[in-house]
Amino acid sequence: MIAINIKSKTYPAKGRAGQHLAIADFKLAINANEFVCLVGPSGCGKTTLLNIVADLDRDYDGEIKVGQVQTQSKIGYVFQNPRLLPWRTVRENIELAIEDNPSAENMDTLLDVMQLSQFQHVYPERLSLGMSRRVAIIRAFAINPNVLLMDEPFVSLDAATARQIRTLTVKLWQQRPHTVLFVTHDLREAITLADRIVFLSSAPMQVVREIKVPIARHERDNEQVIEAFRQQLLHVQHSTT
Amino acid sequence: MLIKFRKFLPVLSLLALVLVWQVLATCLNSNNLPIPLVVGNVLWQGCLSGQIPYHLGITLLRLVVSFSIAMLLGCGIGVVLGRNKKLDAFFDNWLVIFLNIPALVTIILCYVWFGLTEVAAILAVVINKLPNVIVTIREGARALDQDLLEMARCYRLGRKKTLLHVVWPQLYPYVMGATRTGLALVWKIILVVELLGRSNGVGFQLYSFFQLFDVANLLAYTIAFVAIIQLLELMVLKPLDTKAQRWRR
Repeated sequence: MIAINIKSKTYPAKGRAGQHLAIADFKLAINANEFVCLVGPSGCGKTTLLNIVADLDRDYDGEIKVGQVQTQSKIGYVFQNPRLLPWRTVRENIELAIEDNPSAENMDTLLDVMQLSQFQHVYPERLSLGMSRRVAIIRAFAINPNVLLMDEPFVSLDAATARQIRTLTVKLWQQRPHTVLFVTHDLREAITLADRIVFLSSAPMQVVREIKVPIARHERDNEQVIEAFRQQLLHVQHSTT
Repeated sequence: MLIKFRKFLPVLSLLALVLVWQVLATCLNSNNLPIPLVVGNVLWQGCLSGQIPYHLGITLLRLVVSFSIAMLLGCGIGVVLGRNKKLDAFFDNWLVIFLNIPALVTIILCYVWFGLTEVAAILAVVINKLPNVIVTIREGARALDQDLLEMARCYRLGRKKTLLHVVWPQLYPYVMGATRTGLALVWKIILVVELLGRSNGVGFQLYSFFQLFDVANLLAYTIAFVAIIQLLELMVLKPLDTKAQRWRR
């Protein structure tokens, strides 16, 4: 499990003296293999939180525990921008992230699930944004992470592509369950993916409410069911903005 | 047809240059500008006698040694300054000063301080070239993609993998830029170094021919040297560039 306890995270205030308090008294516990979606207003500090969990930002007061250890173990991070190395092919990008000998079988399975087998020797510049995102997702899963962080990985994709990659991601996650912390603005997306949705406030970012999604996984293709639950949650989302 | 024509365009352009030279030399009819055939003959005789290969070899050896030292040191210092703002702020003025010291001053000072030795000659070239490499590589190190470095950190790629697969490909265009401008600059400086304080090399030979007003030999040595540098560009630098840039659209 992951235990996040951030007492404060500040940034130097722009143009005037003092500090801007971005996150305050933030506590969140995530169970092993749980899929948690963070929903909050734009700029509230969701990416900052993921960067802290990924150990990319150490300038905060608090602690993050993965399992029983305070230091970070393997973190898979799907950034908003796929951050692929343009001079390495799809396969080489994934292989680079894997510490030991990359298992060809494992790699082939991942590429197959994400429908990228025929593009494995292609350079990222020749891929569409949707395909690049899928490569980034494979890279994150390939390292077999203790925690998988996903920062709006389907943003700025057309609806059909986003839906397709969402479905593939869930398929992959069901085959290889990991603890996932997923950031999104889209409540419908959160309901489709999450075991639990955490609503966040802004300035400073705090947990407003946590809601378990009571819809069974096999029912989440049903648009009406998703929409009905979204209507129930809308007032919670509005209260955070 | 058009593609074939384009392929031969560089050769045609060189032939046109020789033609212009021939016309000019014929019109002037002076020893100060011999016709291409005379220069070609001098070049051939120089090669047969072993004089041109010997002096060219000495100059190329000095070029390789001084250029390698300047590139290695420059790349290291450039990366450090590009990634460390405090060090960069401290040494920035030094760089500006060294960039603006005339090559001739450095060469004379090195000969005065260290004598007319090989070490002084190499040192003079290195000191002249080093600031240019540092400035170019520093820009490359400053422009490193922060997002990719964060990705490398997050995926715990380690120092070796990060340097080899994340940093180096980004620095590569800057290193190539420094190599190309460096080669052009270094060989010119080496000729001055040889002219002032060595008893062999192309620079020394050019000075001897200048005293004898032997323009044919001056041009023969120049052509031989430029041809070698062009060969280096075509046989080494261009293939390296093509290989490293194959991922680009």
